[in-house]
Amino acid sequence: MITTLHVAMVAELFPTGISHYAIGGLLVGLGVAVIYLGTAIPAGASTFLESTLSYVSDRSRFQQYRASRDWRVVFTLGIVAGAAVYALTFQSGFVSSSLHQPATTGELREVGGLTIWLTEVQPWRLFLGGILVGIGTRLGKGCTSGHGVCGVGSASSASFVGVATFLLVAIGVAQLVQAVGVNP
Amino acid sequence: MTAEHEQHPLFLPLVFVGGLIFGFGLGFSHMAQPEIVLNFLQFEDFGLLFVMFGAAVVTGITVFGIKRVRSEAPLTGAVYTRRLKQLDRNVILGGGIFGVGWGLSGICPGAAYASLGIGNVVILYGIAGMFVGAYLQGYWRSAGEESGTSPTAAD
Repeated sequence: MITTLHVAMVAELFPTGISHYAIGGLLVGLGVAVIYLGTAIPAGASTFLESTLSYVSDRSRFQQYRASRDWRVVFTLGIVAGAAVYALTFQSGFVSSSLHQPATTGELREVGGLTIWLTEVQPWRLFLGGILVGIGTRLGKGCTSGHGVCGVGSASSASFVGVATFLLVAIGVAQLVQAVGVNP
Repeated sequence: MTAEHEQHPLFLPLVFVGGLIFGFGLGFSHMAQPEIVLNFLQFEDFGLLFVMFGAAVVTGITVFGIKRVRSEAPLTGAVYTRRLKQLDRNVILGGGIFGVGWGLSGICPGAAYASLGIGNVVILYGIAGMFVGAYLQGYWRSAGEESGTSPTAAD
């Protein structure tokens, strides 16, 4: 009885299962760990936005990242390529595992024998949200990887506060957007 | 200024491999799908917690564990330190603005780059927005620095 209840609760909280989330999270951490072990750099994803702007703008805010801008481009290209490897294997069905969960959202589309995934979230939400993400992550000294993974992993109090702030605000905003009927 | 990657021939390859694993993980965990992030924020699927805290635990073990073994990184000679930022008003203000954007769109920087990798070209609206936002705050704050405010590093 208790076991049944427990299973039902897990199914409700995690309707698509847990394994792909847990494995993906371990891999994200492993990617950060590989770079950290070799270089002592805790790599976050959002500095790329400003460091890349240093190629085209002389402003001091961007130029301060000049020394790291090349490897940050390489890191970002690695992220894009790693996700593309996922798309070429699991997403396209050439590799399968019981630990993997096929996409249940958006649109899967066949393109030349491969399967790409497309979001159905409206472009205005992505663009407007993106602007606020760009301002907020840079002003707030980190994003979900800088604060959420590297900072929390470093037991940084600034990161705990940052994560708590953006998580709570995002939950409120997402629920509000859903309540006023914007979907998807 | 010397670019950091000039320090060792394996520096850039290692960063690429790290990014590759990171991006594959974001694809496999469906964090590259804004809908899944929105499902978490709307309390429909709590899987994101496993991703973020799973990654943080692996990072934590690495950051605190390596210091017991050696003090300097092989490719840079840099001392292993924790990622610590000064807790000030900007962390809360910026975190709040990021939260509004994240809640509206379901995208954050790393997941957006990964989303492009799984073929989601529509995410370019989001990535373009992020560059516009990063530029706007840099424009405002570079102007502020000329009137005496000091810069702070962030990632």
